[in-house]
Amino acid sequence: MAYNHNVLLGLVAAAFTATAALAGSHTSGQAEKAVKARKAHMGLNAFNLGILGAMAKGEVEFNADVAQGAANDLAALAMMSQASYWPEGSSSDDMEGTRALPVAWTDMAGIIEKAQALGAATTAMAAAAGTLEGVQAAIGPVGAACGACHKVYRKPDS
Amino acid sequence: MVKALFRWAAALALVGTAVFWWVTRPVMLDAGALAGLTPDLAAGEQVFYAGGCAACHAAPDASGDARLTLSGGQAFPSPFGTFRAPNISSDPDHGIGGWSALDLANAMKNGVSPEGQHYFPAFPYTSYAKAQLSDIVSLHAFLATLPASTEPSKPHEVGFPFNIRRSLGGWKRLFLGDAWVVAGDLTAQETRGRYLAEALGHCGECHTPRNVLGGLQFSQWLGGAPDPSGKGRVPNITPGKLLWSEADIAEYLKSGFTPEFDTAGGHMVAVVENTAHLTPEDRAAIAAYVKRVMPVQ
Repeated sequence: MAYNHNVLLGLVAAAFTATAALAGSHTSGQAEKAVKARKAHMGLNAFNLGILGAMAKGEVEFNADVAQGAANDLAALAMMSQASYWPEGSSSDDMEGTRALPVAWTDMAGIIEKAQALGAATTAMAAAAGTLEGVQAAIGPVGAACGACHKVYRKPDS
Repeated sequence: MVKALFRWAAALALVGTAVFWWVTRPVMLDAGALAGLTPDLAAGEQVFYAGGCAACHAAPDASGDARLTLSGGQAFPSPFGTFRAPNISSDPDHGIGGWSALDLANAMKNGVSPEGQHYFPAFPYTSYAKAQLSDIVSLHAFLATLPASTEPSKPHEVGFPFNIRRSLGGWKRLFLGDAWVVAGDLTAQETRGRYLAEALGHCGECHTPRNVLGGLQFSQWLGGAPDPSGKGRVPNITPGKLLWSEADIAEYLKSGFTPEFDTAGGHMVAVVENTAHLTPEDRAAIAAYVKRVMPVQ
């Protein structure tokens, strides 16, 4: 009887472990989707910045309509809620494929401040995108706002 | 017999201590080393940005003009312990406002404090050793124009045996020199870039891997290294890995944008905040130098 009791305990423990593993794989699936979404968002930022940057550097001829479109998109991207992008358990300490440092989950005040700075810089870009000089003047602050987050919340990687 | 042995042991210990004391003694500049050099404030400001003083000595969360108050406090984790940048503001008591230009030159070129104590090489004197004395004199004058802070310097958290500062004298004999890493025929632009990158900019301090004693592995110069924080890597920026054009590198040092319009991250953001203040010619010179470095795969 004592033997059976132990077997039962063992089975319960095994089932528990399996459930925990299932739950774990479920969350990590969500986390991977969230990381994908983060990267897609960053990719759109880079794409639109690239349009403006190429004009600012003189690699591409300035086109006010194209610049305005890219600048509007950047501003819209900065205004998007990212609330679901950052679930618990999706930091660089938790999983592969992301460089988001755990400190991003504990420094909410810093995140809000930097997000507001990005909003201000991209709004200024949207207001200035009508002229080449405007784009050239506005792109520095946008880069600084991007960098302010990457400085603190992104793991170095080669 | 025992007595004789003891005497021998005592004598040997004495000789050993004397040799250790001699080998590890602080090396300092002659009192007249700076004779005839006059400071140039504008040049000093450029040395300040090229040398990246604020990147480490500004307060941990300082941004904008607050970065000119060099109150210290940033932590630098390493395999040897955590180092904390001291207050080097112009305050005479808590900062270095009381230092002479010679004191600054001894600190930067020899890693020695005005009291004759060795600094830990977290302070990159292994690079600044190659700085020109005229630039240090100008930097000294510029630092005096920056705000004072009474923030006390925080102690390093370094355990035994690395906390024996005297032994750094021996470390310096192994790893402190003033030879250029990239030698050979360089153009005037590459030579300027080498001075900015190897001496003032101290790029190699993070981008070059270190041996177990913390000395730079010059055969892997700028070939990338584990980030000292233990998280991630500092990238390989030699032509073996970094395929950016010179214009791309110069742009990165100005705006922080990569050619793909990603941005600098981590400590490199603080570096770009400094290089953004350099002249376009100096950024181009650094780029030309970086393309000239021996490729590391």
